[in-house]
Amino acid sequence: MMKYTEDHEWLRVEGDLVVVGITEHAATQLGDVVFVELPERETMVATGDEVVVIESVKAASDILAPVDGEIVEVNDALSDKPGLVNDDPTGAGWFFKMQLDDMSVLDAFMSEDEYNDLVG
Amino acid sequence: MAELKRTGLYDLHVELGGKMVPFAGYEMPVQYPMGVMKEHLHCRAQAGLFDVGHMGQVILRPKAGMAALVAGFEAMMPVAVEGLAEGRQRYGLFTNASGGIIDDLMFANRGDHLFVVVNAGCKDGDIAHMRAKLAAVAEVIEVTGRGLLALQGPGAEAALAALVPGAAAMRFMDVISADTGFGELWISRSGYTGEDGFEISVPDVEGLARALLALEGVAPIGLGARDSLRLEAGLCLYGHDMDEAATPVEANLAWGIQKARRKGGAREGGFPGADVILAQLASGPARLRVGLRPEGRAPMREGIELFDQAEGGAPVGRVTSGGFGPSVEVPIAMGYVPAACAAEGTQLWGEVRGKRLPVTVAPMPFRPSTYKR
Repeated sequence: MMKYTEDHEWLRVEGDLVVVGITEHAATQLGDVVFVELPERETMVATGDEVVVIESVKAASDILAPVDGEIVEVNDALSDKPGLVNDDPTGAGWFFKMQLDDMSVLDAFMSEDEYNDLVG
Repeated sequence: MAELKRTGLYDLHVELGGKMVPFAGYEMPVQYPMGVMKEHLHCRAQAGLFDVGHMGQVILRPKAGMAALVAGFEAMMPVAVEGLAEGRQRYGLFTNASGGIIDDLMFANRGDHLFVVVNAGCKDGDIAHMRAKLAAVAEVIEVTGRGLLALQGPGAEAALAALVPGAAAMRFMDVISADTGFGELWISRSGYTGEDGFEISVPDVEGLARALLALEGVAPIGLGARDSLRLEAGLCLYGHDMDEAATPVEANLAWGIQKARRKGGAREGGFPGADVILAQLASGPARLRVGLRPEGRAPMREGIELFDQAEGGAPVGRVTSGGFGPSVEVPIAMGYVPAACAAEGTQLWGEVRGKRLPVTVAPMPFRPSTYKR
């Protein structure tokens, strides 16, 4: 099940973790990604913290933590292949995995249909 | 805000899916659906077509003979105008009284007149400046009713030669006229990407653009890739890598100052800021524009401050252009540093998001240019 934020991030539940990336719409808007700065593992973050910096050919953008929790895994493949964010934004281009105290906070985010309505 | 102007290719840009943005008072395509990275690589591998119709095209028509015009134009810049043969083009720099760069430009000797191309953002000022300085010797005529295209890349020669056979025989910085179904073309073998190619002034710009785009291997390229191409080629963008506060020597453009205008030359000095510029040529400038190669993968963009130590101290310089070089596949930048830090291989640090990251002074161009000399 995928959930979506107004900042064009997707969240996917994988066992007891939540995987976070950006949507295809966001990746297209950003343009070709040339560098991704990932957070440290085992970092506690709060909603709205800047956790990832994406540099595209055009500009730098911040990715914010969508929920409170702990970063438990990051996608090291992006260090060598930042273009995965463009090539496969909802698959191999994921950024990090979080452990949440309370998975029910995900209920507040948009469904795929609701997100598609937002980006038209 | 003043209304944005459009070039003769606006409708074609929209039709091709160009993403239009404001640039130097014009609505210009920053990219097409191919995207900046692929457009850049396409231009290096095949041929890219750029709309540069926002730039200023100016004819200087002599009032009292070419010699007087040549002398008058030469008095505006530290560059030799005399001695430029008919059918040849040269890079020029207008300077101010303190030696700062008012604009950079291309000028061509077209027999009975000079043809000048100036930057879009500077063109009104440049035209007023030329009218003031050349009033006695030339009519300064802004060319209207013509577009300007750049066709760049290894496939440019074959593409243009399919429409204008004479183009193939041109060498770097040659200029010719050619009668075609699109009107009389004024072609120079030049550009601003580090690639072989042409710039073409043309009456029927949409007709010529469509004819070129119909050829195998020619794709439209936006301003985004134009910027990364010229950065890899080590070429300056006016208002970023040079401005009125930087002299040609500081901007590392001393190669554009011919021997005749230097100390001991046949026509030494006699241009605005000559005292400053000649002194810098003799004893070196206090600061210099250099190439910069960040060691990691994080790009260092315009405005990043440079330090000569990993911690503490005041900034010694600043990045003036920077980003990712799609052909060299690493981040690249240029900026101004003190002369003491300007030697190739000097280790500096750029402060990116509060962290000092290592960066090395590197030779330019970052990628060898392929001009057809």
